[in-house]
Amino acid sequence: MSVGWYWAVGGLRRAVALGAFLALAAFILGPLLTLLLWAFAGSWLFPNLLPEFSLKWWAYVLGNADVTKAIRMSFLSAPAATLLSAVICIPAAYAFARLEFPGRRVLLLSFLSANAFPKIGLYVSIATLLYRLNLMDTFAGVVLIQVINTLLFMIWIPTGTFRGINRNLEEAARDVGAGPLRTFFQVTLPIALPGLLVALLFAFLAAFDEAQGTLIVGTPNHITMPVMMYTLVLSYPQPVGAVFSVLLSLPSLVFLLVAQRYLRAGYLAAGYSL
Amino acid sequence: MARLSLRHLSKRFGTHAAVHDLTLDVADGELMCLLGPSGCGKTTTLRMIGGFAAPDAGDIQINGRSVVALPPERRPTAMVFQRYNLWPHMTAAQNIAFGLRLRRLPRGQIEAKVRDALGLVGLPGAGHKYPHQLSGGEQQRVAVARALVLEPQILLLDEPFSNLDARLRVHMREEVKQLQRAVGITTVFVTHDQEEALTIADRIAVMKDGVLQQVDTPAALYARPRTLFVADFIGTMNLLPARIEAGAVAAGPWRLPAAGGLRPHGGEATLAVRPEDLVLDPAGAPVRVRRVVNLGHYLQVLLECPGVAPLRMFTEKGASLEEGQGVRVRISRALLFSGPDVAELGGPMRPPVAAPAEAP
Repeated sequence: MSVGWYWAVGGLRRAVALGAFLALAAFILGPLLTLLLWAFAGSWLFPNLLPEFSLKWWAYVLGNADVTKAIRMSFLSAPAATLLSAVICIPAAYAFARLEFPGRRVLLLSFLSANAFPKIGLYVSIATLLYRLNLMDTFAGVVLIQVINTLLFMIWIPTGTFRGINRNLEEAARDVGAGPLRTFFQVTLPIALPGLLVALLFAFLAAFDEAQGTLIVGTPNHITMPVMMYTLVLSYPQPVGAVFSVLLSLPSLVFLLVAQRYLRAGYLAAGYSL
Repeated sequence: MARLSLRHLSKRFGTHAAVHDLTLDVADGELMCLLGPSGCGKTTTLRMIGGFAAPDAGDIQINGRSVVALPPERRPTAMVFQRYNLWPHMTAAQNIAFGLRLRRLPRGQIEAKVRDALGLVGLPGAGHKYPHQLSGGEQQRVAVARALVLEPQILLLDEPFSNLDARLRVHMREEVKQLQRAVGITTVFVTHDQEEALTIADRIAVMKDGVLQQVDTPAALYARPRTLFVADFIGTMNLLPARIEAGAVAAGPWRLPAAGGLRPHGGEATLAVRPEDLVLDPAGAPVRVRRVVNLGHYLQVLLECPGVAPLRMFTEKGASLEEGQGVRVRISRALLFSGPDVAELGGPMRPPVAAPAEAP
C-alpha cells in the first residue's frame, strides 16, 4: 500500500531512481572494492582488467616485525581504552540522565570540549603533562590519549539511551523488590544494551583510529596501526597500504556483525509502546 | 489483610503544593478511587504510598505500621503504572516471575504461580510472548498479574487503562473490579475519569489542587456533594447564581422555600441542580426548550431560562417536547452552596439515575 505510488509512476522515473541508487552504491562501495582488489593483487598491469590474485603482500606485511608490533599494540590499547572509558563514562552517563545536580549541563557540555578544538594543540599540552608524570612512550600513556577521543561517544550516546528508558520500568523493578543496583543491572542495563553497544563501537573506532595523539605520546616504541600507516603509505608499495587498510577495517566489521544480533533483537525493532 | 492510613500527608514541588495535609483511611479489601482533574495531586499521593516520592510531612501506615521510611522494594505495595509497565527484554512470564525469583522461591513454585497469575488475568497462553507482541490491554493485564503474583497487601493502580480505547477501557475496569473483589485486596485506584470512579469504586476521594475535597461512596458523592467543586465535577450539574432572601432562595425564575438557618455569605450563593431534578410541572416557572437530544432511554433537554445560562434537564422519553416550545419546569431538589455552607432544598434525596455521567 505504502509503496503503491512507486509502481504507479511509470518506467522512466523508476529507471532514474535505480540509476541514482547504483551511482550512490558505486560511490560508497567503489573505493572499498578497489582497496580489496589492491590488497590481494600480485601484479596489476595495464591491459588487464583485474589483477592476478596473490597473498604475497599479506605475507610481507605480517612478516614485518615493526608492523606486527604495531598491530599487537593497536589490538591491546584500543580495547583497553574502550573498556576504561566505559567503566568511567557509563555510570557518569546514568547520573547525567537520571539525577539533577548543580552544574549538570555545564559538565555534560564539557565533554564536548575535547572535540571542540583542534586536537593537536590539546595533545601537545597533554604531552607536557604526561612527560612530567613519566607516561610518555608508555602503554598507559597511549591508552589515556585514546580515552580522550572516546569520551564524547561514551558520555553522550549512553546519556541519551538512559534518558530514553522510561522511569516506570525502573520503578516497576523497585516495586517488585529489586534494590537500586539489581534494578540497574537486570532492568536498565539490558534495555540500554543496544544504545551502549553503539557507543562502544564508536568509542572503539575512535580509540583504534587515533593517530595524532598516539604519535606524540607513543613514539618511538609504542606505535599503533594508524601511526604505522603514515610510514607505510610514504615508503612502501601501494598494496602494502591496501593490506593495512583492510586490517584496520577488520575489527569494526567483526564488531558490527556481533552487534547487529542485538541491534536487531525484536524488542528494539518493534518499537515497544502502548 | 490490610488497612491503609494516610495521616496529614503533604508534598511540595518547589513552591507548588502538590498534596496538602491529606488524611485518608482505606479499609481492608476496599477499592478507593482517587479522583480529580490532572494536576490535583492524586498521582503524587499514589507514588508516595508506593514509595516513589517522599512526603514532606505526614505519615503512611499499613496495618498501623509506618512505611514512610521504607524504599519501594520493601513496602508491601504493588503498583500498576499508566504505561511502560513491562520490561521489554523479558517475556510476559519472565516479567511476572521477576519478583518471585528475587524472593528465591523454588522453580516449580514460581512456574505454578506464574501460570496461575496469567490464568487470573485471562491470558493463560501468553507467557512466552514479549511485551511488543502483546496488545496494550494485554500488557496492562500482565502488569496486573505481575503486581498480584507477589500477594501484596495494597494494590496501587495509576490510571492503568487511560491509554486504552474506550470500549476496552470499560471492559478492563469491569474485569479489575471483579478481580479485586475475588482477591479481596485493598486497592487504591487513581483516575481522572469520574465515570470510571463511579462504576468501580467502593468509595471515592475527590481531590483538587492537592486538597482532599470529599470522601464518600459514589451514590453519596453524587447525591450530596459537599463542595461546589465536587458538585460540578461529579456527574452533570446545573449551576445557577442565587440570592438568599428572607425564608427563600431566588435563582433565575425560581423561588425555593428555604427551611431556615440559611446565612447569606455576602449575598453570593450558587444553586446546584441535577438535570433529573428539573421536573415538568404546570405549577413550575416558564422556560423555553432550546434543544432536545434523544439519548435512547431518556431525553436531554436544553432549557433557556430568563436570567441564567441554559440548563440541562433529563426527562422521560414519553414527554413530547419540541424545540422552541414554552414549558413549565419545577426544581424538585437542589443544593445551595453559600460560602462554606451547603443546604439541601426541596424533596428527599433521589438515588442516582441511570447514566449520571453523561457524554461530554
